[in-house]
Amino acid sequence: MAMIAVEGLEKTYGKNIRALDGTTFEVREGEVFGLLGPNGAGKSTTVRILATLTTPDSGCATVAGRDVVRKADRVRATIGYVPQQSGVDREGTGRENLTLQGHVQGMGGAALHERVDQLLEVLGLSEAADRVVRTYSGGMKRRLDVGLGLVHRPRVLYLDEPTTGLDPEARAAMWTELGRLAADESLTVLLTTHYLEEADSLADRLAIVSRGRIVAEGTPEELKRSLRGDAVTVELAEADGQAGDAERIVRGLQAVHDASVDGRTIRTRVAQGGTAVPVILSALEGAGIGVASVTVSRPSLDDVYLDVTGRDFHADDAAETEGAE
Amino acid sequence: MTVALTHTWFMFVRHLRNLVRQPVWIFILLVQPFFWLLLYSQLFRRIVELPGFGTNSYIEFLTPGIVVMTAFFTGSWNGMSMINDLDRGVIERFLATPASRSSLVLGHVAQASLNAVIQGIIILGIGFLMGARVAAGAAGWIVILLAAALVAACFSGLSNGIALMARREETMIAVTNFIGLPLLFVSSTLIAVALMPNWMEWAARFNPVEWGVRASRDVVTASTAWDNVALYLGLLAAVTAAMAAFATWCFRAYRRTL
Repeated sequence: MAMIAVEGLEKTYGKNIRALDGTTFEVREGEVFGLLGPNGAGKSTTVRILATLTTPDSGCATVAGRDVVRKADRVRATIGYVPQQSGVDREGTGRENLTLQGHVQGMGGAALHERVDQLLEVLGLSEAADRVVRTYSGGMKRRLDVGLGLVHRPRVLYLDEPTTGLDPEARAAMWTELGRLAADESLTVLLTTHYLEEADSLADRLAIVSRGRIVAEGTPEELKRSLRGDAVTVELAEADGQAGDAERIVRGLQAVHDASVDGRTIRTRVAQGGTAVPVILSALEGAGIGVASVTVSRPSLDDVYLDVTGRDFHADDAAETEGAE
Repeated sequence: MTVALTHTWFMFVRHLRNLVRQPVWIFILLVQPFFWLLLYSQLFRRIVELPGFGTNSYIEFLTPGIVVMTAFFTGSWNGMSMINDLDRGVIERFLATPASRSSLVLGHVAQASLNAVIQGIIILGIGFLMGARVAAGAAGWIVILLAAALVAACFSGLSNGIALMARREETMIAVTNFIGLPLLFVSSTLIAVALMPNWMEWAARFNPVEWGVRASRDVVTASTAWDNVALYLGLLAAVTAAMAAFATWCFRAYRRTL
């Protein structure tokens, strides 16, 4: 059963900022679904529509079978929303924030008290529970954000860029935490991220978003497999003018599907890394071109993004971040 | 309706708690009215020698005015805490929950009212020590505090509405200063009505601050005209309801821009 169904969402801000351009996808009950894309791709807008914060220009979306526009109040009781920008009250303590969130979700009494204690424990915030949030570290504050989304035991949790702004250590800890919570609370999770590693490690299935559209969808493995084969990267020993020759030679080999050159680095896609490397090396050696290093890698989601959009993920991300400022 | 009230209570408690955690604020809240009372009463001490004050003690004339003025300031700056909530994403977090929409505004308004009442009690207390007596007794105190609560709620509604439209501290400060001092001076807060220029006296009749001042001052003087008091409190209640509606309307407008 589809827990979240999104059909042809369109949204334009102002006159010509097209945030969503026909976004369509489904999230099944109990899975962790990732929306992966660079900044400005429309991920947050999608989540904000699903969280009933804003409405689409056209298209429709349902959560647990309820329309997010017409049955907004029912949807709000079903979901937990962890926004990109933390919404905690910095002057309140962790416990106070969680309790108030429970109150407005219609909880109270001993049940709420127990739930708050349990969440503080699970999130590792028990010791800091009665300190005001302004004294929390970034990672603690983010865990509290997650707690606020979970107080009322929602069936669906939205995580909008849950680890942006955290240091690598806190991010890794958060990934472990989120994976465990999703299982323990038998949640359906919609996760947006612009970290390829994050989508890879957390999502059961994911959709790649580019400029307001879903351009690819599947499990991380399926998406990588769709690229067929491995990436072999060859770095030449000398920079002067040999790269062009090298690319031509490599491209001519039967084992090689594709090749591109960047400075003195040649990237190729091959069916089987193990068998292609000796062929490539001997061909280059035969032409008198020295090789500094060779690496074989399984395709990453970077490669998938490059393949489906024709653009480099990190370049897009940086460009959109600058554009947004 | 009960949900809206319960949620307003939750939000009110949150604002109150946050305020109590800022000792500097508490200090200013309590000490500032004292300064107003002291400074004005010294500066204008001899003004009661002019005709039209109906008393020969300026402190008696001034005390109810300062209660209302303080309530007016507290209310009109209240939008700053709304801007704070907007900037911090607190409002958006609640919007994604079934939290009552009106409680997100009314919690602020209720807190402004309570502040005004607390400050009012302190000012009346200090005024008492300085020699001001409320002729109507306990009922008089209640009228003055009620007027303060209404003036604070009324301008808090306006201020929150402006905050939701402007969404920037700078704009908020400019607008509040722009409307603040004129409303204070086009009123009999500091000076007897009889001494105001005709056009100002006429303009003051439409000023909610003036309504609060007149109701409060009436219970201080010996011959309290209760029908006047009721009229001004009624007017204040009506405009407070209108301002609450305005703030709620602004809140809806704000949500449409998301």
